[in-house]
Amino acid sequence: MSTVQIDKTIDVRGMACPGPLMNLIGAIRQGQVGQVFEVLSSDEGSKTDIPAWVAKAKHELVEVNQDSGYAHFIVRKAR
Amino acid sequence: MALSARDSLLSPPSVSAPKLVAENSWQMEENLMIDEQDKPLSLVMFSGTDDKLTAAAVLAVGAAAMGRPVNLFLQYYALDAFRAGKVNADHALSPEATAAQAPVIRGHKGQHWSDLLRQAREVGEVNIQACALSMDMFGIGRDDLDPIVDGIEGVAAFIASASDGQVVFI
Repeated sequence: MSTVQIDKTIDVRGMACPGPLMNLIGAIRQGQVGQVFEVLSSDEGSKTDIPAWVAKAKHELVEVNQDSGYAHFIVRKAR
Repeated sequence: MALSARDSLLSPPSVSAPKLVAENSWQMEENLMIDEQDKPLSLVMFSGTDDKLTAAAVLAVGAAAMGRPVNLFLQYYALDAFRAGKVNADHALSPEATAAQAPVIRGHKGQHWSDLLRQAREVGEVNIQACALSMDMFGIGRDDLDPIVDGIEGVAAFIASASDGQVVFI
């Protein structure tokens, strides 16, 4: 389990690609630098999309944890 | 399974192209999100069926999220789907959709292509232009188009906006 303090959880389980990524982008835009966001997504595309976007936008992918039927993506807004 | 950020598939690009001058605060915010000015992705939207419009819109929103300017050039049946009041109508499916696939496609939880295009515009730079030739062919005027369409342009202007980025025909 993660020991990182989560500021906001975005539960988009059941949402289709690219919805979970778009929800993360929206939350990060509205958030403060340093805040940590957790996305819960059952979309397979999120496993490639979220790491790719986080790297491109230069935020920090803190961790990815697979749960049963969905994954947790923990992202820190870096700037 | 835990992956660290270092395991991410993409490493940050090492070269930054010169930034475009932001024209308004919204664009300034976007430039903070993605520093590099990447080559545009330009989609020629020809087909007017909901499946192909959705496929094009998914490409558009993905490219916009990844920091690439997106140009859409609406021709023929795709242009018809962007008429005011017709965007949310049933635009049928491509002929290759089988009787078994059609209800699966229609029942999918994914978002409507027009909503995907609005999202693309929220996260990036999206330019939607109607093909002047198709407008003329179908007798469509500017006021007949949905407000999501930015304007009308000729093919040379579209190619100019595509510059050295890819052009995809859908």
